[in-house]
This record gives sequence, C-alpha cells and structure tokens, in this order.
Amino acid sequence: MNPSIEAVNLSKVYGSFTALSNLNLKIEGSKCVGFLGPNGAGKTTTLKIFTDLIRASSGEALINGANVHTQKKAALASVGTVIETPEIYPSLTPREALSMVAELRGVPHAERKKRVEEAIAEVAMAEWIDKRVGKFSKGMKQRICIASALLSDPRIVLLDEPTTGLDPRGMSEVRGIVKSLKNKDRLIFMSSHILSEVSDVCDEVAMIDHGKLLVYDTLRNVTAKFSGGDNIVDVGLTRPLQAGALDGAITKLPGVVSVERLDEKRLRIHCSGGLDVQEKLLAGLVGINIGVVSFQPTSSALEEVYLNLIKDTL
Amino acid sequence: MTTMTESSTPINKVPDSMMQVGITMRYAFRDYLRSRRFMILLVITLIISAILTGVVGYYRPASFLSSPLSFFSGWWGMSVTFVTVLSGIFFGGDAISGEFQNKTGYFTLPNPIRRSSVYIGKWLSAFTASSIVFFIFAAITLANEVYYFPGQSIPWQFTESFLFAWFYLVAVLGFTFFFSSLFKSTSYSILVTAILFLFAFTLIQTIIEGLAQVEPWFMLTYGAEIVGNVLQTTYPAHITKVAGVFGGDRAGAPTFTSFNVTVPEGLAIIAVYFFVTAAIGLILFERKEFN
Repeated sequence: MNPSIEAVNLSKVYGSFTALSNLNLKIEGSKCVGFLGPNGAGKTTTLKIFTDLIRASSGEALINGANVHTQKKAALASVGTVIETPEIYPSLTPREALSMVAELRGVPHAERKKRVEEAIAEVAMAEWIDKRVGKFSKGMKQRICIASALLSDPRIVLLDEPTTGLDPRGMSEVRGIVKSLKNKDRLIFMSSHILSEVSDVCDEVAMIDHGKLLVYDTLRNVTAKFSGGDNIVDVGLTRPLQAGALDGAITKLPGVVSVERLDEKRLRIHCSGGLDVQEKLLAGLVGINIGVVSFQPTSSALEEVYLNLIKDTL
Repeated sequence: MTTMTESSTPINKVPDSMMQVGITMRYAFRDYLRSRRFMILLVITLIISAILTGVVGYYRPASFLSSPLSFFSGWWGMSVTFVTVLSGIFFGGDAISGEFQNKTGYFTLPNPIRRSSVYIGKWLSAFTASSIVFFIFAAITLANEVYYFPGQSIPWQFTESFLFAWFYLVAVLGFTFFFSSLFKSTSYSILVTAILFLFAFTLIQTIIEGLAQVEPWFMLTYGAEIVGNVLQTTYPAHITKVAGVFGGDRAGAPTFTSFNVTVPEGLAIIAVYFFVTAAIGLILFERKEFN
C-alpha cells in the first residue's frame, strides 16, 4: 500500500480565529512535499492535527486511512515526526531517549541498539550519544529529534521546519537526510519558510494562507502556472565587462530573458527554466570568457509564485 | 555522515498500552532519579530526620520516649504527612504541565502511544521516586526506635500507620497530577499544589471544624489524620463534645465539637480523592491541546 496522508474538510477554530478552514489535501505515494505559507497560515496547526497534538474542530486527518485522533496508534505506527522544537527529558542521554522511542514504537530488542546508534550517527551526534540532553544546544536537540523521527524507519515523515535552529552544516545535513529518505520510498511532508530548501528537496508543493489551501501540485506545474518561470542570478566578474558583451554573447545564452548591469563588475541576469538551465547558463558564461568569479541565484521561480499567491505575512 | 541501514518495509509491532505504560514509567523514573529535585527532596528528608534525631537525642522528651508507640506517634505521626506532601509537590507538581511548557510532550506524544499511557507511566514513576524517599524516612524512623527501645517489638500500629501514609501518598500524587493537568505552566501548577497542601487545606479544615462545627469529611487532610491517630494509645473518639468551652460554667454556654476521622472514613476519603482526581486529571490531559 502506498503511504498516504489526507486532510478531509479539516478545520481548526480558536474562538473567533480560524487557523484552518476546510483543508482538503490528499498526498499519496513516495515523494517529498513542501508545505509553504506565511507565519500563522496554518502549517503547524495542520501538522499538529496530523500528530494528534491538537484536535480538529471539524473534519478528519487520516494517515494510511486511519483517523489520527480515534485510531492514533494505527495511524502513527509508521510515521516519524518532528513538530516545532521538541524537548527531551533533560536527564536522559540521546541513547536513552531514542531507546525509549524505539521501545514505544516496538523496534525489536535485537535491532534496537543498532538502530539507535545508526540514527544518532545519521545526524552526526555519535560522540554525544551518552551525554545528558539537558546540556545540549537547541540545534543539537533538533538533531536528536530528527534521529528519533527516523529511528523506526517510518514510511511517512512529517517535519515542521526541520532545519530551524541548525547551523548551516546542520541544515545541509538535514537536507541530505531528506533527500536520502526520498530514495527509500518514503512520503515526506515538510513545512518550511526556506524556499530554496523546498526547491532543492521537494517534488511537490502545497501552499496555504489564512488556513486555506491555495495550491497543491508538482513544483514544475506550480511554477509554470503561477510565475513567469523566471529566476534571477547575480554574476560577479573579475574584470569590467567589455562594451557590447551584454547585447551580444550573454543575451544569446540559453534561458536568458534579460540582462542588467549592476556595476562594471556585476550583472543581474533574468532567466527562465530550472536548475538545468542555470547549469547551462553558468557553463555558457564561463565559455564566453568574461571572467566569471561568482554565480548566485537571488530569486527563484518558487519565490515568485510565493510572492504572487501570498500577499501579506499575517 | 553515515547512512542508516536500508530495511525492507518496516513493520514494527507497536506494544500494547500496558507495556507502553511500563516503558514510559521506566524512562521517566530514570529522569526523576537523576534530577536535581530528587536530590533536594532527599536532602530535605535527611535534614528533617537529622533535626528529629538531634532534638530527641539531646532533650530526650518524655512524650517521645515513654513507649515505642508514643515514639512513633511523636516522630512519624507528626512529620510523615509533611514528607508525603513534599514528595507529591516535587514529583507531581509539574509532571504533566511540564509536558506542555517544557515541550517534552512534543517528543513523546507524536508516537503511537495513548496519552493515558504517558499519564499513568509518569504517575507510576513519580510514585516510585516518592516511595524511595518515603522508605528512607521510614527506615531512619525505625532505626531511631530500635536505638531507643532495643529488644522491644515494633508496635503493629506503626505498620498500619506506614500503610496509611503510603496510601495517602497515592492520593497526594493523584491530586498533584490533577493540578498539573489543569495548568500548562509548571510554576503555576507547583505553586498552587504547594499552597493548597501546605496552607490552604489546613486553614480551611480549621475553619470548617472549629468555627462552623461541621465534620470536614470532604477534606483530604482530614482523611489523612488516620496516619497519626492510629498511633495513639487509644484511637480518639469520632465526635467529642465539650460543653462551655468559651462560656465557663454558665448555663447556655456554647458546646464545642471536635472531630476525629475514623479509619474506614479516612481510607474512604483518601481513596475517593485518588480515584476522582486521577480520573479528572486523565480526562484533562487527554483533552488538552499543545498550542
């Protein structure tokens, strides 16, 4: 059976504030879905309902067909989660905390030790495995929580801004973990504010605002439908650009829509297409020998979609 | 970064709820044992014991040393309920509210486990940790009794009082867990339970009993009086009326009534408090949201 999560007319109301309004969303199969929206849009509310941390005011949250609230054990049996920034009992060590989760999830006794050590190693915390969690930084705790989510080799992984609190290396490692999960036939549903992260690791994207789902489709379809498909790349040069180069070789490179000179050693190129086009563009710029020293995408098609669909932050 | 072993479809059989209670209890107990609060409570208990040992050893009060029973009445009967209440506050005060405020609930509850299993597991671990402190206090009491009354048998009333006090601990923890479920703030839950047990209950009971002249059968602290009463040479009468307390011998002077809880009544009060507060606390925890 394909892993699936489904929100059926899911609503959550706090007094006069509607955090989630009739959300209908079905995600099925092995893929990574990014869940985007501004602060207060309902992303965390949705994920909390899917983990039974809060109850829906109406509607149902189903995981593999089981209602999360009424059949919690069945629904969450094959789900790994990191919601917000969880804390671990401070006197326990990562080994103990993960052993507890492994036992609660029914990881066989014979495999438990190995699984715990592998999960800890996966998040690069092996040298801390027997130290008490109480002394850990926020980022270290977040790594342990990610390890705990991966511990029982879940078919579905729900992540709420998983790179929050991590240093750049940690963020990169978590992205690597998410990508490796994709290769293991897992369904990953991940909320994030970091659009480049979503572009990098997700196959599909769901956008939510004011508790309402705005769009859910593949990344390619969403960007094609809601943006001009333009990316902006800032290019740094080692020497001033020669006269005529803008109108000549650069504008003829693949994907280039327009070129703007920021100063004599910097260009801003608007190009259409995805990462493959950017790769060709970079190769082309290097090929025409204008002294490219940096190549930095500053905006993406996904960002354009986001800004087009979501007009305010709250 | 290493890569986890790729397994085929992971089908782990999630343990039943009773087993999950045991798992939660084991790890929460380990957390309690290593916590600073366990050490603090242990130190407080040892200080109380040391003060009692010093005072009795130095002054040798006749009220303590006239018989083994009076020794237990003075030593154990006067202080064990305080130790019990402190244990309840230390281990139960924030047991559930901490899951919200400290966010440990975000780690444990999104697993395939019922909230009731977490509640009961944590309750059992708090009870076990409190019992350790309780047994240490009982052991020090017994050691002193053996020192002052060598060769004399330990009165059966002490065993009774010990069991009643232990039962009282059950109710105190039930009550503190209930208050802990009521609040999401650990400081509120600890403060409210501490005020209730250390001041409010005693004050309310005194007012009801002394001024309103009504038997406070609905107060947990009244029920707990069986712990001390059973150590008296003769168990005190349930109701005692004393005429003319405030008016001397003159006719029409008001009669003062004092109440002493009977053993069955005391046990019933303690049991009802435990079951009612445990049930309400459990329901509150089941319904409370992690906002």
